Amino acid sequence: MPALAVRELRKRYGKAEALRGVDLEVAGAELFGLLGPNGAGKSTLVKIACGLVRATGGTTTICGVPAGSHEARAAIGYLAELFRFPGWMSADEVLQLHQRLSGSERGAAERRELLELVGLADAAGRRVEAMSKGMQQRLGIAQALVGRPRLLLLDEPTSALDPAGRRTVRGLLEGLRERGIAVLLNSHLLSEIELVCDRVAILSAGEVVAAGTPAELARPRGVEIETASGTQLFEGARRDDAPRIVRELVAGGEEVFAVRVLSSTLEDVYLEAVGGDPS
Amino acid sequence: MSAVVTIAAYGLREALRRRVFAVVLLLTVGFLALFWLGNSYVFDHVADVVPPAGIDARTFAGAFVFGLAMFATLFLGVVLAIFLTLGVVEADAERGLLQPLVVRPVGRSVLLAARFLGAAVICVPYVLSVYFAALLITGLTGDWWPDRIVLPGLELAGGVLVVAALSLLGSVFLGSTANGIAVFMVFGAGLVAGLLGNIGHALNAEKLIRVAKIVAWAIPFEALYEDGLRGITEETSGLTGFLLRLGPFGGAESGGWALRAWSVAYLLLVLAAAVIAFGRRDL
Repeated sequence: MPALAVRELRKRYGKAEALRGVDLEVAGAELFGLLGPNGAGKSTLVKIACGLVRATGGTTTICGVPAGSHEARAAIGYLAELFRFPGWMSADEVLQLHQRLSGSERGAAERRELLELVGLADAAGRRVEAMSKGMQQRLGIAQALVGRPRLLLLDEPTSALDPAGRRTVRGLLEGLRERGIAVLLNSHLLSEIELVCDRVAILSAGEVVAAGTPAELARPRGVEIETASGTQLFEGARRDDAPRIVRELVAGGEEVFAVRVLSSTLEDVYLEAVGGDPS
Repeated sequence: MSAVVTIAAYGLREALRRRVFAVVLLLTVGFLALFWLGNSYVFDHVADVVPPAGIDARTFAGAFVFGLAMFATLFLGVVLAIFLTLGVVEADAERGLLQPLVVRPVGRSVLLAARFLGAAVICVPYVLSVYFAALLITGLTGDWWPDRIVLPGLELAGGVLVVAALSLLGSVFLGSTANGIAVFMVFGAGLVAGLLGNIGHALNAEKLIRVAKIVAWAIPFEALYEDGLRGITEETSGLTGFLLRLGPFGGAESGGWALRAWSVAYLLLVLAAAVIAFGRRDL
Protein backbone atom coordinates (compact mmCIF):
# COMPACT_ATOMS: atom_id res chain seq x y z
CA MET A 1 0.00 0.00 0.00
CA PRO A 2 1.50 3.38 -0.97
CA ALA A 3 2.17 5.91 1.77
CA LEU A 4 0.62 8.59 -0.43
CA ALA A 5 -1.56 8.09 -3.49
CA VAL A 6 -2.85 11.04 -5.47
CA ARG A 7 -5.29 10.49 -8.34
CA GLU A 8 -6.59 13.13 -10.73
CA LEU A 9 -6.16 15.75 -8.03
CA ARG A 10 -7.63 19.14 -8.82
CA LYS A 11 -7.73 22.36 -6.86
CA ARG A 12 -9.25 25.62 -7.94
CA TYR A 13 -8.90 28.94 -6.09
CA GLY A 14 -11.60 31.10 -7.66
CA LYS A 15 -10.73 31.19 -11.35
CA ALA A 16 -7.14 30.06 -10.84
CA GLU A 17 -6.44 26.35 -11.19
CA ALA A 18 -3.65 25.37 -8.81
CA LEU A 19 -3.74 21.64 -9.60
CA ARG A 20 -5.02 20.18 -12.88
CA GLY A 21 -5.35 16.45 -12.45
CA VAL A 22 -2.17 15.42 -10.67
CA ASP A 23 -1.32 11.72 -10.29
CA LEU A 24 1.53 10.53 -8.13
CA GLU A 25 2.39 7.84 -5.66
CA VAL A 26 4.90 7.69 -2.84
CA ALA A 27 5.80 4.17 -1.71
CA GLY A 28 6.60 3.21 1.88
CA ALA A 29 10.15 4.18 2.91
CA GLU A 30 10.56 6.15 -0.31
CA LEU A 31 12.09 9.62 -0.48
CA PHE A 32 10.08 11.48 -3.06
CA GLY A 33 11.07 14.93 -4.28
CA LEU A 34 8.59 17.48 -5.54
CA LEU A 35 10.02 20.21 -7.73
CA GLY A 36 8.52 23.13 -9.56
CA PRO A 37 8.57 26.88 -9.90
CA ASN A 38 6.67 29.17 -7.52
CA GLY A 39 2.92 28.80 -8.05
CA ALA A 40 3.28 25.35 -9.62
CA GLY A 41 0.97 23.85 -6.97
CA LYS A 42 3.54 22.01 -4.83
CA SER A 43 2.48 23.50 -1.50
CA THR A 44 -1.21 23.09 -2.40
CA LEU A 45 -0.61 19.39 -3.06
CA VAL A 46 1.18 18.97 0.27
CA LYS A 47 -1.55 20.88 2.11
CA ILE A 48 -4.26 18.70 0.57
CA ALA A 49 -2.32 15.63 1.65
CA CYS A 50 -2.27 16.80 5.25
CA GLY A 51 -5.87 18.03 5.31
CA LEU A 52 -5.25 21.77 5.47
CA VAL A 53 -6.77 22.43 2.05
CA ARG A 54 -9.81 20.78 0.48
CA ALA A 55 -9.44 19.40 -3.03
CA THR A 56 -11.84 20.47 -5.76
CA GLY A 57 -11.66 17.03 -7.37
CA GLY A 58 -9.77 13.74 -7.40
CA THR A 59 -8.65 11.62 -4.47
CA THR A 60 -5.76 11.65 -2.05
CA THR A 61 -5.12 8.76 0.31
CA ILE A 62 -2.57 8.37 3.08
CA CYS A 63 -1.71 4.72 3.78
CA GLY A 64 -5.02 3.76 2.19
CA VAL A 65 -7.29 6.18 4.07
CA PRO A 66 -8.64 9.51 2.76
CA ALA A 67 -6.35 12.49 3.39
CA GLY A 68 -7.68 14.75 6.14
CA SER A 69 -9.36 11.92 8.03
CA HIS A 70 -8.45 11.25 11.65
CA GLU A 71 -6.54 8.09 10.67
CA ALA A 72 -4.66 9.90 7.89
CA ARG A 73 -3.63 12.72 10.23
CA ALA A 74 -2.44 10.15 12.75
CA ALA A 75 -0.17 8.69 10.06
CA ILE A 76 1.54 11.90 8.93
CA GLY A 77 4.08 14.38 10.15
CA TYR A 78 4.09 17.82 8.55
CA LEU A 79 6.39 20.77 8.40
CA ALA A 80 4.86 23.82 6.74
CA GLU A 81 6.86 26.19 4.59
CA LEU A 82 5.85 29.09 6.82
CA PHE A 83 5.38 27.93 10.37
CA ARG A 84 5.91 29.33 13.83
CA PHE A 85 5.93 27.94 17.30
CA PRO A 86 4.99 30.16 20.23
CA GLY A 87 8.13 32.06 21.20
CA TRP A 88 7.54 31.47 24.91
CA MET A 89 7.71 27.70 24.58
CA SER A 90 10.91 25.75 25.00
CA ALA A 91 11.91 23.15 22.41
CA ASP A 92 10.93 20.42 24.86
CA GLU A 93 7.51 22.02 25.48
CA VAL A 94 6.82 22.28 21.73
CA LEU A 95 7.46 18.57 21.35
CA GLN A 96 5.43 17.80 24.46
CA LEU A 97 2.47 19.74 23.06
CA HIS A 98 2.64 17.76 19.82
CA GLN A 99 3.02 14.48 21.69
CA ARG A 100 -0.23 15.23 23.52
CA LEU A 101 -2.04 16.18 20.33
CA SER A 102 -0.78 13.18 18.38
CA GLY A 103 -1.44 10.78 21.24
CA SER A 104 2.20 9.73 21.51
CA GLU A 105 2.93 8.06 24.83
CA ARG A 106 6.69 7.80 24.39
CA GLY A 107 7.29 10.73 26.71
CA ALA A 108 10.65 12.27 27.49
CA ALA A 109 12.59 9.50 25.74
CA GLU A 110 11.00 10.36 22.38
CA ARG A 111 11.60 14.09 22.88
CA ARG A 112 15.25 13.47 23.75
CA GLU A 113 15.69 11.17 20.77
CA LEU A 114 14.13 13.65 18.33
CA LEU A 115 16.13 16.60 19.60
CA GLU A 116 19.29 14.55 19.27
CA LEU A 117 18.30 13.52 15.76
CA VAL A 118 18.06 17.16 14.61
CA GLY A 119 21.13 18.29 16.54
CA LEU A 120 19.26 20.20 19.24
CA ALA A 121 20.04 17.95 22.20
CA ASP A 122 21.59 20.86 24.08
CA ALA A 123 18.70 23.22 23.34
CA ALA A 124 15.82 21.29 24.96
CA GLY A 125 15.19 24.03 27.50
CA ARG A 126 15.83 26.93 25.18
CA ARG A 127 12.85 29.09 24.27
CA VAL A 128 11.85 29.24 20.61
CA GLU A 129 12.25 33.03 20.59
CA ALA A 130 15.91 32.59 21.57
CA MET A 131 16.61 30.20 18.69
CA SER A 132 18.04 31.04 15.29
CA LYS A 133 15.86 30.49 12.21
CA GLY A 134 17.84 27.38 11.39
CA MET A 135 17.35 25.94 14.88
CA GLN A 136 13.62 26.63 14.64
CA GLN A 137 13.51 24.83 11.32
CA ARG A 138 15.28 21.80 12.82
CA LEU A 139 12.84 21.91 15.72
CA GLY A 140 10.07 21.94 13.12
CA ILE A 141 11.43 18.73 11.63
CA ALA A 142 11.61 17.17 15.10
CA GLN A 143 8.01 18.24 15.71
CA ALA A 144 6.94 16.61 12.43
CA LEU A 145 8.50 13.33 13.58
CA VAL A 146 6.57 13.20 16.86
CA GLY A 147 4.38 10.10 17.11
CA ARG A 148 6.41 8.07 14.56
CA PRO A 149 4.58 9.10 11.38
CA ARG A 150 4.51 6.74 8.40
CA LEU A 151 4.62 9.62 5.94
CA LEU A 152 6.51 12.85 6.44
CA LEU A 153 5.42 15.87 4.40
CA LEU A 154 8.14 18.49 4.33
CA ASP A 155 7.52 21.81 2.61
CA GLU A 156 10.85 23.57 2.02
CA PRO A 157 12.45 22.10 5.15
CA THR A 158 15.92 23.47 4.47
CA SER A 159 15.07 26.97 3.26
CA ALA A 160 16.48 28.61 6.41
CA LEU A 161 19.40 26.28 6.94
CA ASP A 162 23.08 26.91 6.32
CA PRO A 163 25.11 24.31 4.36
CA ALA A 164 26.00 22.41 7.54
CA GLY A 165 22.35 22.36 8.60
CA ARG A 166 21.34 21.11 5.15
CA ARG A 167 23.83 18.30 5.38
CA THR A 168 22.41 17.35 8.80
CA VAL A 169 18.89 17.24 7.32
CA ARG A 170 20.07 15.20 4.33
CA GLY A 171 21.58 12.65 6.69
CA LEU A 172 18.39 12.70 8.72
CA LEU A 173 16.25 12.03 5.65
CA GLU A 174 18.40 9.09 4.65
CA GLY A 175 18.06 7.77 8.20
CA LEU A 176 14.27 8.03 7.94
CA ARG A 177 14.28 5.87 4.83
CA GLU A 178 16.11 3.20 6.80
CA ARG A 179 13.44 3.43 9.50
CA GLY A 180 10.71 2.80 6.92
CA ILE A 181 9.29 6.33 6.88
CA ALA A 182 8.18 7.69 3.52
CA VAL A 183 9.03 11.33 2.82
CA LEU A 184 7.51 13.80 0.39
CA LEU A 185 10.08 16.55 0.12
CA ASN A 186 9.03 19.80 -1.49
CA SER A 187 12.09 21.89 -2.18
CA HIS A 188 13.55 24.48 -4.49
CA LEU A 189 17.02 23.09 -3.98
CA LEU A 190 17.57 20.80 -6.94
CA SER A 191 20.95 19.58 -5.74
CA GLU A 192 19.41 18.51 -2.47
CA ILE A 193 16.61 16.60 -4.19
CA GLU A 194 19.10 15.00 -6.56
CA LEU A 195 21.28 13.89 -3.66
CA VAL A 196 18.66 12.29 -1.44
CA CYS A 197 15.50 11.47 -3.37
CA ASP A 198 14.65 8.06 -4.84
CA ARG A 199 12.16 9.58 -7.25
CA VAL A 200 11.26 13.06 -8.37
CA ALA A 201 8.20 14.73 -9.91
CA ILE A 202 8.36 18.13 -11.54
CA LEU A 203 5.20 20.18 -11.31
CA SER A 204 4.49 23.09 -13.61
CA ALA A 205 1.25 25.07 -13.73
CA GLY A 206 -0.53 22.42 -11.69
CA GLU A 207 0.55 19.43 -13.80
CA VAL A 208 3.23 16.78 -13.49
CA VAL A 209 5.49 17.48 -16.45
CA ALA A 210 8.25 15.00 -15.63
CA ALA A 211 8.67 12.15 -13.17
CA GLY A 212 11.13 9.37 -12.49
CA THR A 213 14.33 8.61 -10.65
CA PRO A 214 17.03 11.30 -10.92
CA ALA A 215 19.02 8.86 -13.10
CA GLU A 216 16.04 8.29 -15.41
CA LEU A 217 15.49 12.00 -15.78
CA ALA A 218 19.12 12.78 -16.51
CA ARG A 219 19.84 12.15 -20.24
CA PRO A 220 23.24 11.73 -21.98
CA ARG A 221 24.44 14.94 -23.54
CA GLY A 222 27.54 13.66 -25.33
CA VAL A 223 31.22 13.01 -24.86
CA GLU A 224 33.73 15.81 -24.52
CA ILE A 225 37.34 15.00 -25.51
CA GLU A 226 40.33 17.21 -24.91
CA THR A 227 42.90 16.86 -27.71
CA ALA A 228 46.01 18.73 -28.81
CA SER A 229 43.91 20.68 -31.32
CA GLY A 230 41.31 21.69 -28.69
CA THR A 231 38.22 20.36 -26.95
CA GLN A 232 35.79 18.48 -29.14
CA LEU A 233 32.16 17.71 -28.23
CA PHE A 234 30.50 14.61 -29.67
CA GLU A 235 26.84 15.39 -29.10
CA GLY A 236 24.53 12.47 -28.45
CA ALA A 237 27.42 10.07 -27.80
CA ARG A 238 27.15 7.85 -24.75
CA ARG A 239 29.67 6.43 -22.29
CA ASP A 240 29.91 3.21 -24.38
CA ASP A 241 30.84 5.27 -27.45
CA ALA A 242 33.88 6.89 -25.77
CA PRO A 243 36.51 4.11 -26.51
CA ARG A 244 35.54 4.03 -30.19
CA ILE A 245 35.73 7.81 -30.55
CA VAL A 246 39.13 7.88 -28.82
CA ARG A 247 40.42 5.11 -31.11
CA GLU A 248 39.27 7.00 -34.19
CA LEU A 249 40.87 10.23 -32.97
CA VAL A 250 44.18 8.51 -32.17
CA ALA A 251 44.09 6.74 -35.54
CA GLY A 252 43.56 10.13 -37.13
CA GLY A 253 46.76 11.43 -35.52
CA GLU A 254 45.20 13.33 -32.58
CA GLU A 255 46.72 13.32 -29.14
CA VAL A 256 44.05 12.70 -26.47
CA PHE A 257 44.51 14.23 -23.01
CA ALA A 258 41.10 13.79 -21.33
CA VAL A 259 37.65 12.29 -21.91
CA ARG A 260 34.48 13.45 -20.18
CA VAL A 261 31.06 11.80 -20.50
CA LEU A 262 28.40 14.51 -20.22
CA SER A 263 24.87 13.98 -18.99
CA SER A 264 22.17 16.52 -18.27
CA THR A 265 21.75 17.44 -14.64
CA LEU A 266 18.46 17.55 -12.81
CA GLU A 267 18.69 21.29 -13.21
CA ASP A 268 18.80 20.94 -17.01
CA VAL A 269 15.82 18.58 -16.91
CA TYR A 270 13.97 20.90 -14.57
CA LEU A 271 14.54 24.00 -16.71
CA GLU A 272 13.51 22.11 -19.82
CA ALA A 273 10.38 20.76 -18.13
CA VAL A 274 9.19 24.11 -16.77
CA GLY A 275 9.95 25.93 -19.99
CA GLY A 276 13.05 27.72 -18.80
CA ASP A 277 11.25 29.50 -15.99
CA PRO A 278 13.46 28.91 -12.97
CA SER A 279 11.26 30.90 -10.57
CA MET B 1 -10.65 15.04 26.40
CA SER B 2 -6.92 15.41 26.95
CA ALA B 3 -6.63 17.20 23.57
CA VAL B 4 -9.31 19.70 24.68
CA VAL B 5 -7.44 20.42 27.91
CA THR B 6 -4.11 20.67 26.06
CA ILE B 7 -5.43 23.16 23.48
CA ALA B 8 -7.37 25.19 26.05
CA ALA B 9 -4.26 25.42 28.24
CA TYR B 10 -2.17 26.33 25.19
CA GLY B 11 -4.57 29.18 24.35
CA LEU B 12 -4.51 30.48 27.90
CA ARG B 13 -0.72 30.37 28.16
CA GLU B 14 -0.57 32.30 24.90
CA ALA B 15 -2.91 34.93 26.39
CA LEU B 16 -0.83 35.03 29.56
CA ARG B 17 2.25 35.59 27.46
CA ARG B 18 0.57 38.42 25.56
CA ARG B 19 -0.20 40.04 28.91
CA VAL B 20 -3.96 39.98 28.30
CA PHE B 21 -4.56 38.94 31.89
CA ALA B 22 -2.18 41.55 33.27
CA VAL B 23 -4.01 44.35 31.43
CA VAL B 24 -7.45 43.09 32.47
CA LEU B 25 -6.33 42.64 36.09
CA LEU B 26 -4.92 46.15 36.17
CA LEU B 27 -8.13 47.60 34.69
CA THR B 28 -10.22 45.57 37.14
CA VAL B 29 -8.29 46.70 40.21
CA GLY B 30 -8.50 50.30 38.99
CA PHE B 31 -12.23 49.98 38.40
CA LEU B 32 -12.98 48.37 41.77
CA ALA B 33 -10.91 50.97 43.62
CA LEU B 34 -12.71 53.83 41.89
CA PHE B 35 -16.03 52.09 42.40
CA TRP B 36 -15.38 51.74 46.13
CA LEU B 37 -14.38 55.43 46.29
CA GLY B 38 -17.50 56.47 44.36
CA ASN B 39 -19.76 54.37 46.58
CA SER B 40 -18.24 55.83 49.74
CA TYR B 41 -18.78 59.34 48.45
CA VAL B 42 -22.34 58.69 47.26
CA PHE B 43 -23.52 56.96 50.42
CA ASP B 44 -21.74 59.42 52.71
CA HIS B 45 -23.89 62.14 51.19
CA VAL B 46 -27.09 60.29 50.42
CA ALA B 47 -28.59 61.22 53.80
CA ASP B 48 -28.21 64.92 52.91
CA VAL B 49 -30.14 64.52 49.65
CA VAL B 50 -33.78 65.57 49.63
CA PRO B 51 -35.23 63.62 46.69
CA PRO B 52 -38.49 64.47 44.88
CA ALA B 53 -41.58 62.86 46.34
CA GLY B 54 -41.91 59.13 45.65
CA ILE B 55 -38.21 58.48 45.28
CA ASP B 56 -36.22 56.44 47.79
CA ALA B 57 -32.78 58.10 47.62
CA ARG B 58 -30.81 55.12 49.00
CA THR B 59 -32.46 52.60 46.68
CA PHE B 60 -32.05 54.94 43.73
CA ALA B 61 -28.37 55.61 44.48
CA GLY B 62 -27.59 51.95 45.20
CA ALA B 63 -29.31 50.58 42.13
CA PHE B 64 -27.89 53.32 39.91
CA VAL B 65 -24.24 52.86 40.94
CA PHE B 66 -24.59 49.09 40.92
CA GLY B 67 -26.14 49.33 37.44
CA LEU B 68 -23.05 51.26 36.40
CA ALA B 69 -20.89 48.52 37.92
CA MET B 70 -22.81 45.92 35.91
CA PHE B 71 -22.06 47.86 32.75
CA ALA B 72 -18.37 48.06 33.66
CA THR B 73 -18.33 44.34 34.49
CA LEU B 74 -19.90 43.53 31.15
CA PHE B 75 -17.40 45.78 29.38
CA LEU B 76 -14.36 44.31 31.13
CA GLY B 77 -15.63 40.77 30.56
CA VAL B 78 -16.19 41.54 26.89
CA VAL B 79 -12.65 42.97 26.55
CA LEU B 80 -11.26 39.78 28.07
CA ALA B 81 -13.46 37.51 25.94
CA ILE B 82 -12.58 39.31 22.73
CA PHE B 83 -8.84 39.29 23.37
CA LEU B 84 -8.94 35.60 24.22
CA THR B 85 -10.73 34.63 21.01
CA LEU B 86 -10.16 37.24 18.31
CA GLY B 87 -7.14 35.55 16.71
CA VAL B 88 -7.98 31.86 17.11
CA VAL B 89 -8.24 30.98 13.40
CA GLU B 90 -7.30 33.56 10.77
CA ALA B 91 -4.69 35.44 12.77
CA ASP B 92 -3.01 32.27 14.06
CA ALA B 93 -3.10 30.79 10.55
CA GLU B 94 -1.49 33.96 9.12
CA ARG B 95 1.29 33.67 11.68
CA GLY B 96 1.79 29.97 10.95
CA LEU B 97 0.85 28.93 14.50
CA LEU B 98 -2.33 27.09 13.61
CA GLN B 99 -1.25 24.70 10.84
CA PRO B 100 1.03 22.49 12.98
CA LEU B 101 -1.89 21.99 15.40
CA VAL B 102 -4.62 21.41 12.80
CA VAL B 103 -2.74 18.57 11.06
CA ARG B 104 -2.68 16.59 14.29
CA PRO B 105 -5.39 13.95 14.77
CA VAL B 106 -7.52 16.22 16.93
CA GLY B 107 -10.21 17.65 14.64
CA ARG B 108 -10.99 21.24 13.84
CA SER B 109 -14.22 21.23 15.84
CA VAL B 110 -12.35 20.02 18.93
CA LEU B 111 -9.75 22.72 18.45
CA LEU B 112 -12.39 25.43 18.21
CA ALA B 113 -14.44 24.05 21.11
CA ALA B 114 -11.30 23.85 23.26
CA ARG B 115 -10.40 27.47 22.56
CA PHE B 116 -13.97 28.54 23.40
CA LEU B 117 -13.97 26.49 26.60
CA GLY B 118 -10.58 27.96 27.52
CA ALA B 119 -12.03 31.46 27.15
CA ALA B 120 -15.20 30.47 29.07
CA VAL B 121 -13.23 28.98 31.95
CA ILE B 122 -11.55 32.34 32.42
CA CYS B 123 -14.37 34.76 31.52
CA VAL B 124 -17.21 33.29 33.58
CA PRO B 125 -15.36 33.23 36.93
CA TYR B 126 -13.89 36.63 36.12
CA VAL B 127 -17.28 38.24 35.44
CA LEU B 128 -18.81 36.62 38.51
CA SER B 129 -15.89 37.75 40.68
CA VAL B 130 -16.10 41.36 39.54
CA TYR B 131 -19.90 41.31 39.81
CA PHE B 132 -19.89 39.99 43.37
CA ALA B 133 -17.01 42.29 44.37
CA ALA B 134 -19.04 45.29 43.14
CA LEU B 135 -22.14 43.94 44.87
CA LEU B 136 -20.25 43.62 48.15
CA ILE B 137 -18.81 47.13 47.83
CA THR B 138 -22.27 48.61 47.23
CA GLY B 139 -23.87 46.52 49.96
CA LEU B 140 -21.24 47.17 52.60
CA THR B 141 -20.76 50.91 51.93
CA GLY B 142 -24.39 51.78 51.19
CA ASP B 143 -26.39 49.10 52.95
CA TRP B 144 -28.27 48.46 49.72
CA TRP B 145 -28.64 45.00 48.19
CA PRO B 146 -30.20 44.17 44.83
CA ASP B 147 -33.52 42.35 44.67
CA ARG B 148 -31.95 39.47 42.75
CA ILE B 149 -28.41 38.56 43.75
CA VAL B 150 -27.18 35.63 41.61
CA LEU B 151 -29.19 35.68 38.39
CA PRO B 152 -28.03 39.11 37.10
CA GLY B 153 -24.40 38.00 37.53
CA LEU B 154 -25.05 34.80 35.63
CA GLU B 155 -26.75 36.78 32.87
CA LEU B 156 -23.75 39.07 32.56
CA ALA B 157 -21.49 36.02 32.29
CA GLY B 158 -23.86 34.63 29.66
CA GLY B 159 -23.68 37.89 27.73
CA VAL B 160 -19.88 37.72 27.77
CA LEU B 161 -19.99 34.12 26.48
CA VAL B 162 -22.21 35.25 23.60
CA VAL B 163 -19.62 37.91 22.69
CA ALA B 164 -16.81 35.33 22.97
CA ALA B 165 -18.69 33.04 20.56
CA LEU B 166 -19.23 35.91 18.09
CA SER B 167 -15.55 36.79 18.31
CA LEU B 168 -14.61 33.14 17.69
CA LEU B 169 -16.89 33.06 14.64
CA GLY B 170 -15.37 36.33 13.39
CA SER B 171 -11.88 34.90 13.82
CA VAL B 172 -12.62 32.29 11.14
CA PHE B 173 -12.99 35.04 8.53
CA LEU B 174 -11.05 38.06 9.83
CA GLY B 175 -7.58 38.86 11.05
CA SER B 176 -7.25 39.97 14.67
CA THR B 177 -7.44 43.74 14.09
CA ALA B 178 -10.46 43.56 11.79
CA ASN B 179 -12.19 41.02 14.02
CA GLY B 180 -11.52 43.03 17.17
CA ILE B 181 -12.94 46.17 15.56
CA ALA B 182 -15.96 44.27 14.22
CA VAL B 183 -16.86 42.64 17.55
CA PHE B 184 -16.36 45.85 19.52
CA MET B 185 -18.62 47.62 17.01
CA VAL B 186 -21.28 44.94 17.42
CA PHE B 187 -20.95 45.39 21.19
CA GLY B 188 -21.26 49.16 20.78
CA ALA B 189 -24.27 48.72 18.49
CA GLY B 190 -25.96 46.68 21.22
CA LEU B 191 -25.37 49.41 23.79
CA VAL B 192 -26.58 52.12 21.41
CA ALA B 193 -29.72 50.08 20.82
CA GLY B 194 -30.22 49.95 24.59
CA LEU B 195 -29.85 53.73 24.86
CA LEU B 196 -32.28 54.19 21.97
CA GLY B 197 -34.70 52.00 23.88
CA ASN B 198 -34.29 54.34 26.87
CA ILE B 199 -35.07 57.35 24.72
CA GLY B 200 -38.01 55.48 23.20
CA HIS B 201 -39.42 54.77 26.65
CA ALA B 202 -38.95 58.38 27.77
CA LEU B 203 -40.64 59.72 24.63
CA ASN B 204 -43.10 56.85 24.46
CA ALA B 205 -41.93 56.21 20.89
CA GLU B 206 -43.16 52.71 20.03
CA LYS B 207 -41.05 52.32 16.88
CA LEU B 208 -37.85 53.18 18.70
CA ILE B 209 -38.68 50.75 21.49
CA ARG B 210 -39.40 48.00 18.94
CA VAL B 211 -36.12 48.61 17.08
CA ALA B 212 -34.18 48.50 20.36
CA LYS B 213 -35.93 45.26 21.32
CA ILE B 214 -35.18 43.62 17.96
CA VAL B 215 -31.49 44.59 18.19
CA ALA B 216 -31.28 43.41 21.80
CA TRP B 217 -32.59 39.97 20.82
CA ALA B 218 -30.54 39.79 17.61
CA ILE B 219 -27.40 40.21 19.72
CA PRO B 220 -28.69 38.76 22.99
CA PHE B 221 -25.79 39.84 25.20
CA GLU B 222 -27.56 43.19 25.26
CA ALA B 223 -30.91 41.63 26.18
CA LEU B 224 -29.21 39.58 28.93
CA TYR B 225 -27.62 42.74 30.31
CA GLU B 226 -31.00 44.50 30.26
CA ASP B 227 -32.62 41.51 31.98
CA GLY B 228 -29.87 41.58 34.61
CA LEU B 229 -30.48 45.29 35.20
CA ARG B 230 -34.18 44.56 35.56
CA GLY B 231 -33.36 41.82 38.07
CA ILE B 232 -31.56 44.08 40.53
CA THR B 233 -34.67 46.27 40.98
CA GLU B 234 -37.31 43.67 40.22
CA GLU B 235 -39.26 44.36 43.40
CA THR B 236 -38.73 48.12 43.43
CA SER B 237 -41.93 49.90 42.56
CA GLY B 238 -43.23 53.43 42.14
CA LEU B 239 -41.32 56.36 40.66
CA THR B 240 -38.01 54.94 41.94
CA GLY B 241 -38.59 51.72 40.05
CA PHE B 242 -39.68 53.56 36.90
CA LEU B 243 -36.59 55.77 36.83
CA LEU B 244 -34.25 52.89 37.54
CA ARG B 245 -35.73 50.84 34.73
CA LEU B 246 -34.54 53.53 32.32
CA GLY B 247 -31.14 52.38 33.53
CA PRO B 248 -27.63 53.58 32.88
CA PHE B 249 -26.17 52.50 29.52
CA GLY B 250 -29.30 50.74 28.37
CA GLY B 251 -32.79 50.25 29.72
CA ALA B 252 -33.79 47.57 32.17
CA GLU B 253 -36.04 45.20 30.24
CA SER B 254 -37.33 41.89 31.40
CA GLY B 255 -36.51 39.03 29.05
CA GLY B 256 -37.46 36.13 31.27
CA TRP B 257 -36.84 32.45 30.56
CA ALA B 258 -37.59 32.87 26.86
CA LEU B 259 -34.58 35.16 26.58
CA ARG B 260 -32.35 32.79 28.55
CA ALA B 261 -33.39 29.84 26.38
CA TRP B 262 -32.89 31.90 23.21
CA SER B 263 -29.43 32.98 24.42
CA VAL B 264 -28.34 29.37 24.93
CA ALA B 265 -29.70 28.43 21.49
CA TYR B 266 -28.03 31.51 19.96
CA LEU B 267 -24.70 30.60 21.58
CA LEU B 268 -24.90 27.06 20.21
CA LEU B 269 -25.90 28.31 16.75
CA VAL B 270 -22.98 30.75 16.62
CA LEU B 271 -20.55 28.05 17.75
CA ALA B 272 -21.99 25.61 15.19
CA ALA B 273 -21.59 28.24 12.46
CA ALA B 274 -17.96 28.77 13.54
CA VAL B 275 -17.25 25.02 13.45
CA ILE B 276 -18.85 24.63 9.99
CA ALA B 277 -17.04 27.68 8.59
CA PHE B 278 -13.71 26.54 10.05
CA GLY B 279 -14.24 23.04 8.67
CA ARG B 280 -14.66 24.47 5.17
CA ARG B 281 -11.68 26.82 5.34
CA ASP B 282 -8.46 26.25 3.46
CA LEU B 283 -5.45 27.05 5.61
